Amino acid sequence: MLPLKTPSSPHAHAMSSVSIVMLKVIVALIPGIIASVYFFGWGTLINVVLAAATALLSEAFVLRLRGHAVMPALLDGSALVTALLLAVALPPIAPWWISVLGSLFAIVITKQLYGGLGYNPFNPAMAGYAFLLISFPAAMTTWLLPEVVSGVHLNLIESLRVIFLQKWPMELHVDAVSMATPLDLIKTQLGVHRTISEIRFGTSIIGDFGGKGIEWVGNWYLLGGLWLLYMRVITWHIPFLMLATLFAFSTLFSLYDPDVYSWPMFHIFSGGTLLCAFFIATDPVTAATTPRGRLIYGAGIGALIYIIRTWGGYPDAVAFAVLLMNIAAPTIDYYTQPRVYGYDK
Amino acid sequence: MARRLHNFNGGLMLDDHKHEPTRIAAAPSHIPPRLYLPLHQHIGSPAAPVVQAGDEVLKGQLIARATDYISAAVHASSSGVVEAIADFPLPHPSGLQGPCIVIRTDGHDRWLKRDHLPRRDFRSRDAHELRQEIRDAGIVGMGGAGFPTAVKLNPGPKNKIDTLILNGAECEPYITCDDLLMRERPEEIIEGMRVMLHILGAANGVIAIESNKQEAYRCMLAAVQAVRDAALEVIMIPTIYPTGGEKQLIKVLTGREVPARGLPANIGVVMQNVATAAAVYRAVVLGEPLVSRYLTLAGGVPHACNLEVLLGTPIQFLIEELHGVRTTVDKIIMGGPMMGFALHSDQAPVIKTTNAILLSTVADRPLPARGEPMACIRCGECARVCPAQLLPQQLYWYARAREFERAQSHHLFDCIECGCCDYVCPSHIPLVQYYRYAKTEISAQLRDKQRAEIARERHESRQQRLERQKLERAQRHEARKAVVESGSLDELANAESRDAKKAAIQAAVERAKVKRESSGLEVKNIDGLAPEAQQKIAEVEARRAHRPPPDDNTVK
Repeated sequence: MLPLKTPSSPHAHAMSSVSIVMLKVIVALIPGIIASVYFFGWGTLINVVLAAATALLSEAFVLRLRGHAVMPALLDGSALVTALLLAVALPPIAPWWISVLGSLFAIVITKQLYGGLGYNPFNPAMAGYAFLLISFPAAMTTWLLPEVVSGVHLNLIESLRVIFLQKWPMELHVDAVSMATPLDLIKTQLGVHRTISEIRFGTSIIGDFGGKGIEWVGNWYLLGGLWLLYMRVITWHIPFLMLATLFAFSTLFSLYDPDVYSWPMFHIFSGGTLLCAFFIATDPVTAATTPRGRLIYGAGIGALIYIIRTWGGYPDAVAFAVLLMNIAAPTIDYYTQPRVYGYDK
Repeated sequence: MARRLHNFNGGLMLDDHKHEPTRIAAAPSHIPPRLYLPLHQHIGSPAAPVVQAGDEVLKGQLIARATDYISAAVHASSSGVVEAIADFPLPHPSGLQGPCIVIRTDGHDRWLKRDHLPRRDFRSRDAHELRQEIRDAGIVGMGGAGFPTAVKLNPGPKNKIDTLILNGAECEPYITCDDLLMRERPEEIIEGMRVMLHILGAANGVIAIESNKQEAYRCMLAAVQAVRDAALEVIMIPTIYPTGGEKQLIKVLTGREVPARGLPANIGVVMQNVATAAAVYRAVVLGEPLVSRYLTLAGGVPHACNLEVLLGTPIQFLIEELHGVRTTVDKIIMGGPMMGFALHSDQAPVIKTTNAILLSTVADRPLPARGEPMACIRCGECARVCPAQLLPQQLYWYARAREFERAQSHHLFDCIECGCCDYVCPSHIPLVQYYRYAKTEISAQLRDKQRAEIARERHESRQQRLERQKLERAQRHEARKAVVESGSLDELANAESRDAKKAAIQAAVERAKVKRESSGLEVKNIDGLAPEAQQKIAEVEARRAHRPPPDDNTVK
């Protein structure tokens, strides 16, 4: 006769787990990463490897220090997702220590010091990014010219040499293959009183919507994001409201004065907008969780991105917008509790 | 008739596992050698035995009577001899034992002789009389709640009932006993429903059946058409767990919501389970009390099936009867996989509310254990599926942090413990367990608070008494001084002894009064006595009540 087990109800469970959720996010990122490699060379992939290795090692180390089980936490995949999101946001020619430092900051300071998965108030990848941007602005804003523009292709060895030793191939000079990001370009050019159309058509780095290459990478993130929606890993609330708000703001101002304010699609397809909408703003741990709260949260990020890009000191604003709304998330949740069954409200 | 259906928030599409047990008819189970009939199979006060060990009983004979308005009688479910009235394992999540009447069956299953011929004249009968018959039959909600049916059918003059809903949703996976009952005894259900409509004076009767029970739907529809009653309606509702929850089903069918802390009757609705309706028919028309019920047995036996089981049959007997191998069973769930509870003993009997027994064996695990709990990632899946529109993860954080006030302000007590949040949680957090814990703690705190309040009042009145006595002493002292000064000592002695006596009597009366009031009700240890003895006690008490209470004049 076996002793009877007496667990508490329910006795049935869906086949889901944190690891599966994280795995789906990683899968959804792959098209965007491939596009990055296609347009900007091996650099993105090297960033990914560096950041991932740092994230896993540092997470394991801190978990050991904290006396927690290491393997279950590593296998949940959350550290890997953080590392990936940070790495794909970094310039493809950023020196190796940028990936390593950013990843360390994200995992150790932003995530583990607050108690690990589920307890961090700030999005680790974005906190890591903001830390890098503030500390090393030059390295963080030197972007690689897309290969379609420069015609230069760095092979894997050359890319490794650039990232680890800052040694460019003999015939190349760094200025010939690097550029300011399109967002940065527009900002500085507006500063010297050129109009948007002068800037847009006076440079080779801006494509149909946003920066050449970058706009296409954005497309692939969009595709991955739609798949996440389809798989019900994320809900529509945050991405839709974020993009809609950004679009509405940029349309409004662009109509008011198209010489000073960039066109709407530029905002959608530049910088980290699409990556943020589907992969970063939707980070469940740090976002608002109520349905109405998610709408406000998404709209807040969209508005802040526009405000900081247009009138703030930094060319891109995704990281700051997300971190600012992270602060507001608990309050938003508190004031947007759904109407409970049986209550009038 | 087309009825616009409504939605409730969230819910789950579950794999229903209902195919196998519905292929064969429900068979009557055998008579076990012993029946264990708990005195408490319902919500409310436990029943009080009216038989003693050694008494011979017949099937359908009253063996324990309802003790209160909210209580239910218990009847012998087969003939035999009362072997004992003692504590045995109960089908309860606590695993505690409780008082049961044990009947050693004689195998003849002899009914108590009834002078009650089938009477279908319920329409000409008084609602009160019909309710009494339902009450005497020991009928309680058979869908799982076990609330006395007669009480539910008496919503009071303030609540005008327009709709009686028969719940045939049976939304939990695996359970098919209502499905089979609707296929096999639709006429009984319909007649029981018409009795209840008559009692309630309600104009509409709606029978709700989930779309995964097409056959049951057809049977019920045919039965309704056969009686040509325009008041009755059979509605097919979408198969979404927990659409069979009372509040959810009312929302789906009427679009109305039961107000928080309120009852369905407040919005003109009464809901009963289909099996309850059939039991009402048997009680009112055939004069049969509730002695058996349909239940589903699945997992751990060669074939999942439905049985008509005598109440009080031990689970172990059922397992063996169906050729299950008890030695490999390591989990017994009473009820469905979502809201059922695990039994601590296979000796526990089938009771009025038992709709299913799910077995998990070493070889066959229909219900695998949950994964290791991990940290909450605030994904919000729980809120998406919550049919009460709560924020389960907030409740979890508050329960975990013992922030019970905030848990309450986030409507913890509106949680129906359906388990949807728990089911979908990717972190495998036992959410429902946290909510039960928080609810229990809050109730305990409330009790402690009330106790502290009583203690405080007691302390304050003691302080006042001491004050008063001190004052009186001082006054007496003053008086004495005055008397001494005036010189009349005799008078003083008399006055003093009179005062002291009076005070002592007064104090005793007060003490007795306080004791009576604080206990709330007068505790009597007469529950176990024979009716004659109880009668005597009642008479003595009646006399006592008429005697004038002692007061100062009579004792002086």
